[in-house]
Parts: sequence; structure tokens; C-alpha cells
Amino acid sequence: MLSVLALTSVVLLSLASQITAIVVYTSWEKHALVGSDVRLSCSFFSWHWTSPDVTFSWQYRPDGAKEGISIFHYGGGVAYVDNKGPFRDRLEFVGNPSRRDGSILIKELDFSDNGTFTCDAKNPPDIVGHSSSVRLLVFEKVPVQAGVVTGAIIGVVLGLLILIVAIYYLMRFLVARRVFSLSMSKHGKKGKGKEGTQQKQALAVADPVKLKAAASEKKKQESRREKK
Amino acid sequence: MLLLLLGIVVLHVAALVLLFVSTIVSAWVGNPNSSSDLWTNCTTLNGISTCNPADTGVWIQAVQALMILSIIFSFLSLFLFFCQLFTLQKGGRFFLTGAFQIFASLFVMSGAIIYTVMNFEWVHQSEFYGFSYILAWVAFPLAFISGLIYVVLRKRE
Repeated sequence: MLSVLALTSVVLLSLASQITAIVVYTSWEKHALVGSDVRLSCSFFSWHWTSPDVTFSWQYRPDGAKEGISIFHYGGGVAYVDNKGPFRDRLEFVGNPSRRDGSILIKELDFSDNGTFTCDAKNPPDIVGHSSSVRLLVFEKVPVQAGVVTGAIIGVVLGLLILIVAIYYLMRFLVARRVFSLSMSKHGKKGKGKEGTQQKQALAVADPVKLKAAASEKKKQESRREKK
Repeated sequence: MLLLLLGIVVLHVAALVLLFVSTIVSAWVGNPNSSSDLWTNCTTLNGISTCNPADTGVWIQAVQALMILSIIFSFLSLFLFFCQLFTLQKGGRFFLTGAFQIFASLFVMSGAIIYTVMNFEWVHQSEFYGFSYILAWVAFPLAFISGLIYVVLRKRE
């Protein structure tokens, strides 16, 4: 019994240490135009309160390089930006550490800025955790997202089709109703003899396909009557 | 009569199957190392094949959309054919079925034409056209003829 308790407590404690690991969030990919500015956001989740000793560090690894260089560090309430590397004079700290935001702003992008930016945040005593990376892609012009045009064309054509079908049925319904009300008003004026065929005529007008069939039927009926 | 009906349906289904295969199978353009189609570009180097999503240009997406639309319209036309078979008046023509099938063939034609014309952008000289591309071109006259037959056909009982 005691051993079971001990075991569960050990398991819970190990789980707790997993739970209390710090989790860093950044975007997955960032697309930007040459010459523009891009904001790389970094945030973290931690079970502890935000400590005054919270630190943020950003690393930059160019495409194809094996190692990265450190370009930003925030610690002890002071932000240290890159003043020697590829981002000197282009890097700005726009985050709010007390709100767990360690975002940086990179200005005047160039094609050589393509690469992976890694953010690492530490919230003492919560220091164990994975860092998170965001990939920066610099374009001459913003590419069309995959599938947008495809979906748009398909949607428009199918929408038109449904619209045309709806309008067709609406017209048929309206014309049939109007013709029916016309024949109903004539019902009161004329006798029953001619009224039957007139009603048939009126309803047949509503459907052009049926009109031809009705006409052929009428001709057959007339030919039969003539034969009789 | 039944034989005629069966023949027409077989023709329609054949066109539909060709459209499906042409849209899905990755063989529009190829060379000994790679094959590409409307959706991905796959290259095989040293026994390892890697696939990347196709270029996200506006035209290739238009071709994708047109091929999918042609499949949808051909499917709808088959469905309409069976509907009209039971509800049409004697002597009536399968206008709607034929119209949908002709639309499907027109979509395939425009898709194949756009792909051929815009090919200068994304196909090198050393590459040849794969069988999916040829199937698309074959599906166009099949669907067109099938649609014409529907328009001309009269319902008999």
C-alpha cells in the first residue's frame, strides 16, 4: 500500500516536472518582401509567475550554415541588440517581457536574411524547455498561396451553376403560379366545356418541354376525333 | 435499344475515368529523373525520391481548377442522364445531360491548352510530356462526342 503511494507520488512528481517545463512559441514561417520590416514574435508559457530575471535570446542561422550566431539577448531588465553581426542597426526590441513577449523587429530585409531564427526564453526557476524556431523567407513579390485561385475558380463556377438552376426553378414556379391564377379567374367567366382544355393549355405554357408534348398530344387527339 | 444505352453509358464512364486518371496520376511532364503533374514535382536522385508541392503560380492553379471542374461536370452529367432517363417525356432530348458533358469537355480543353501554352515557364527542353497529359487531350474529344450524342439522342420507349 505504502509502496503504491510512493510510486504514484514519484510518477506525479515526474509528470509535474514535465508540466512545469517552459514552452516557447514562435510562428512557423514568416514571408516578407525585400526592403520591408518583419516582426518575429516570441512568447512562452510557464506555470510560474513571470520572474524579474526572465531572459529572451534570439539566434540566427543562415540557410545552409551549420551553426547560428546570437543576435539578441534580454536579461536583467536590459535588452542587448546585435551591434557587430549582420543585423547591426537593423534590429529593434519591440517586446514586453513583463507580458511574456520577446518579439524583435528586423528592418530593411535583404535576400541574405533568409534563414532560421531561434527564440529561447527562460523564466527562473523554470529553465528547462525547448526553444522554438521561425523560418524567414524573403521574396521579391509575395507569391500566391497554393490553392487560393483553384478554390476561387471552382467556387465561382459552381456558385453560378447553382444560381442558374435556382433562377430557372423560380421562374418556372412564378410563371406556373401566375398562369394558374389567370386560369382560375377565367373559370368564373366561361363554362365548363371549354375550361378543361384551356386549363390544360395554360399549364402547358409553363413548361416549354411539356408544351411540345402537349401540342403533339392535342394533334393526336384531334386526329383521333377526326377519324371518329 | 438497350445496347445503344449501354454503349452511351460506357462511353461516358470511359471519358470520366480518363479525366480522373489524368487529374490524379503524377505524369504530366517527366524526364528520366523526375515527374511532375498539376500537384507536385517529384525528383528521384540516387534512389531517393523527394516531392515538393508544385509552383504556386496562378496558371497552374487555374489548370487544377479546370480539371476538377470538368470531373464534377462529367459526374453531374452522368447523374442527370439517369434522372432524365426516367423523367423525360417520350421523344424528348437529353439537352441538360449533353450540355453538362459538353461543358466538361470544354473545361478539359481549356485546362490542357493553358498547360501547353504556359509550359514555357515551368518545363525544360529535355522533358517530355507524360501520359496524364495525353489522357487529358484524349478525354476532351471523348467527352465532346458523348455530349453531342446526348443532345441528338431522343428518348424512345
